[in-house]
Amino acid sequence: MWMRKAYVEVLVRYTREGQKIPILIIWEDGRKFSVDRVLDIRRAASLKAGGQGIRYRCRICSKETFLWFEEGKWFVEAL
Amino acid sequence: MGRVILHSDLNSFYASVECLYRPELKKKPVVVCGKQSTRHGIILAKNEIAKRFGVRTGEAIWEAQSKCPNLVLLPPNYSRYLRFSELAMSVYRNYTDKIESFGIDECWMDITESTRLFGNGESLAHKIKEKIKNELGITVSVGVSYNKIFAKLGSDLKKPDEVTVINRDNFKDTVWPLPVNELLYVGPATKRKLNRIGIFTIGDLANTHMAFLVKLLGKWGETIWAFANGYDATPVNKTDHDGIIKSIGNSLTAPRDLTCDEDVKMLIYVLSESVGKRLRKHNLKGKTVQISIKANDLSLIERQAGFDDYTYTSSLIAEKAFKIFTRNWDWSKNIRLLGVRAANLVTANEYVQLSLFSDGRKAKRELLDRSIDSIRSRFGHYSVQRALLLRKKRENGLNINPVEDHVIHPISFFKGHI
Repeated sequence: MWMRKAYVEVLVRYTREGQKIPILIIWEDGRKFSVDRVLDIRRAASLKAGGQGIRYRCRICSKETFLWFEEGKWFVEAL
Repeated sequence: MGRVILHSDLNSFYASVECLYRPELKKKPVVVCGKQSTRHGIILAKNEIAKRFGVRTGEAIWEAQSKCPNLVLLPPNYSRYLRFSELAMSVYRNYTDKIESFGIDECWMDITESTRLFGNGESLAHKIKEKIKNELGITVSVGVSYNKIFAKLGSDLKKPDEVTVINRDNFKDTVWPLPVNELLYVGPATKRKLNRIGIFTIGDLANTHMAFLVKLLGKWGETIWAFANGYDATPVNKTDHDGIIKSIGNSLTAPRDLTCDEDVKMLIYVLSESVGKRLRKHNLKGKTVQISIKANDLSLIERQAGFDDYTYTSSLIAEKAFKIFTRNWDWSKNIRLLGVRAANLVTANEYVQLSLFSDGRKAKRELLDRSIDSIRSRFGHYSVQRALLLRKKRENGLNINPVEDHVIHPISFFKGHI
């Protein structure tokens, strides 16, 4: 099953070491979701939506979801 | 202890990357091909499903479509392939620094010294294969062996997403039964010659007397005989740096045949700008300009001439190239392909003997080129253009950007050795 690649606006905190930590995701319709915690950061491909970049495993509203940073843009896998 | 060499091959590279970005196409036959309208209409890569229909790389689009009517045609996206190629390299670099790339999608790795850290060749090959699959979303096949030739054969033996080990104990069973043309550098002509004397498999070749092969094929006879026996000892060249650049050139098959001096002038300027830009990027200057011309009957000539002084100025290269052209072409045939190349290179900031007779415009021209480069890097290639290239812009399509729409050329196995 493939999914839609939904580009989203993201508010990002830069750490002193230059690492990017997403703190807020703004969905296409304007709804905002804050990222409770980033659980894992690694390079990975999105086979469902079609993409490749740095994948952030995030906990948002007590659910785990993936957020990708690919060539300067952020996206999520959406239905 | 012998060497441990891996050869990693990104499976159906262009097509795999395209399918990754278009998951809905994964179950369909997909090919990546050039534009038919600009006469680059051949198949550059196909996915596994298209392969099953008998679609082959290098054939014309209509041939492929006749075998597979539902074929999905996609245009190539070179900058994306370069990004993925570089990502794959960064995975390989986790395990060794001895990496030699062979085209955009293949490379050899010498992991002899890394085996103490990461385990034996086979387990490391599996690690690399899984890492590429997870991080890049495409598959590789890896050959593991004690020389480069068998490692490459191994990666071709089972694909996609497989590891093949060829060692001193099993090469007679795995490599020798293969048809002789599977061996690197046994092309169609050599294959014909070998078949004529009853050599059909790599094993046949290995068991033929070397002196006989030398008589038949010249020094290549010895080389491929050694390949077949696993005696190849060529080292894996580190290519993490560009290596020593001996010349910089670009060539282009024109979207339509060139029929007059004006056409040629235009394309020469396009190519020279690209050559100049690349010289400046690598901080090099050249003293020799070479041009290559392929006529529409595919006959090829190459001519060259020198400057008095080293240069990286696009317009000087173009003027010289055009002068060489007019001196050597009589328009008895129309032209299909043009190439411009700068050779005899030195580092640009080396001290050079100034000429008493130069008019002082040289430095100005160099500055001008540097400024154009920086404008283009900020606002795109077409933001600043020569007036010459704006003439007949629409109808002839000759004004292209060969630096970014660039083509990857095959490279030699022996580079650096001969």
